[in-house]
Amino acid sequence: MELPDTFKKYFPFFGHNPHIIYLDSAATTLKPSSVIKSEQEYLERLSSNVGRGLYPLAETTTSVFEDARSTIAHFIGAKNEEIIFTAGTTDSINMAARLIEPLLSEKHTIITTELEHHSNFLPWKELARRTEARCIISPITSEGMIDTEALAHLAAACPAIIAFTAVSNVTGAINPVADIIKCVRTRCPGAIILVDAAQAIGHMPIDAKAWDADFIAFSGHKIFAPTGIGILYGRKALLESLSPCRFGGGMVLDAVADMPEYKNAPERFEAGTPNIGGGIALAAAIRFVESIGFAAIRNHEQRLTAYALHELKSALGAAIRIIGPDSIDQRGNIISFEIDGIHPHDIAHLLGENGICVRAGEHCAAPLHRALGLTATTRLSFSIYNTEEDIDQLVRRLKEIRKILT
Amino acid sequence: MSIYQDLILDHYRNPRNQKPVIAPTHQAVAHNPTCGDKLGMELRIEDNIIREIGFIGSGCAISQASASLLTEHTKGMLVEEALALDPEKTLQLLGVTLSPARLKCALLSLETLKKALHQHKNPPENLSTSQLPKK
Repeated sequence: MELPDTFKKYFPFFGHNPHIIYLDSAATTLKPSSVIKSEQEYLERLSSNVGRGLYPLAETTTSVFEDARSTIAHFIGAKNEEIIFTAGTTDSINMAARLIEPLLSEKHTIITTELEHHSNFLPWKELARRTEARCIISPITSEGMIDTEALAHLAAACPAIIAFTAVSNVTGAINPVADIIKCVRTRCPGAIILVDAAQAIGHMPIDAKAWDADFIAFSGHKIFAPTGIGILYGRKALLESLSPCRFGGGMVLDAVADMPEYKNAPERFEAGTPNIGGGIALAAAIRFVESIGFAAIRNHEQRLTAYALHELKSALGAAIRIIGPDSIDQRGNIISFEIDGIHPHDIAHLLGENGICVRAGEHCAAPLHRALGLTATTRLSFSIYNTEEDIDQLVRRLKEIRKILT
Repeated sequence: MSIYQDLILDHYRNPRNQKPVIAPTHQAVAHNPTCGDKLGMELRIEDNIIREIGFIGSGCAISQASASLLTEHTKGMLVEEALALDPEKTLQLLGVTLSPARLKCALLSLETLKKALHQHKNPPENLSTSQLPKK
């Protein structure tokens, strides 16, 4: 196994910003050279469009792009035709909501949870408003995890859709996705289940079949790829039964007919020119993750999380309230906290003045903050390029900030 | 240069006018969606003059210092003068240059003041518990 402290060398960002301590990977990850190179190579050498041209260059681009789709499919245990390219998690979930819309009416129920990022909350609230379906928000535990028992109870009433996150972007809680889905399916076999994997991708292996989800959404930029590329996985049998919700080039067989005839999945859902460079770069990011291995990634992130939890508690004692599960095994790479009497905006700003990048606010998760009685929190999130030294500097500065502001 | 200069830290640690106003004639609550902060403001206006002004709520150092400085500045002002206050003036009171991300923090007090000046309260009474920002 590679020494964790050498992971930094893959990221040219640190060459340009040697003094930055980047603790905001839950917002977006930094990009390794191999990913940057793959997108640049597409832009420089291929540059042509996919799926249309008959000249050799266009055929090469198409085949590189479709290879990327295969890499992504293989990475999450899916078939190629189950992988739809989107602009990111938000786009994927909005698209899923639009795809399901014709199946819903005022007789149906949609369930989402208090744990969700706004991107897995608002699309369902809006879908309920458009279709007059009921939208129910399933509660969370005091540790900021999905309350499986409560969700199972709600599932007994047979909702049409259940959408929940694999890993919380605030509490860092890792939900037992496969167990939750199994539990829901025994009570309501027909429910369409969507998993928001934005904060899981790149941190733990995902197996669409083992999860038994109908839809899985994630973004490229949370797994070392550029922004503007994402994936909506859809179970093949489900995708085949759904009508497209976006229309344009590349997705139609007969556009002239009164009832246009559309291609099969995934093309029928990918109108217009896709983010080709982004898709190719996402495949490169997956190869990068695979070359390091999930065991090493998880090991590194878990060690940093445990170290940070310990250091924060010993430096700040009773003044710090750490949100989320106590058990390190139930936590991903994210730690959110409150410090007595100091506003998160001040913490993040003063850390920022020293080159330490953290996030402050509600992290696009207002329902969760209300549920846990929080106004705003400060969030740290780690990746493979972080070290114990980053955490030491953070804690040192937090102690100084307390002196400045109290 | 840090934006946490002595003036701001002083007004943050010892806020002026952070209290309800007796028999307020005007009041409002405004909200900063980026951090969930709420700021309440109450005024007693007599003869077109702001006789008393106070704010309620907790928030970041910038929003608290800004509310403290702005209420201090507007006490005794004519209503028309207060209505004419602009973001530039509020930032001048703080004496620092802020990034776009922090402007909302600094200008929440001005937004609340302007809103309150348009919300006449009759009969005079304080903000109800349900409207009050969390302390």
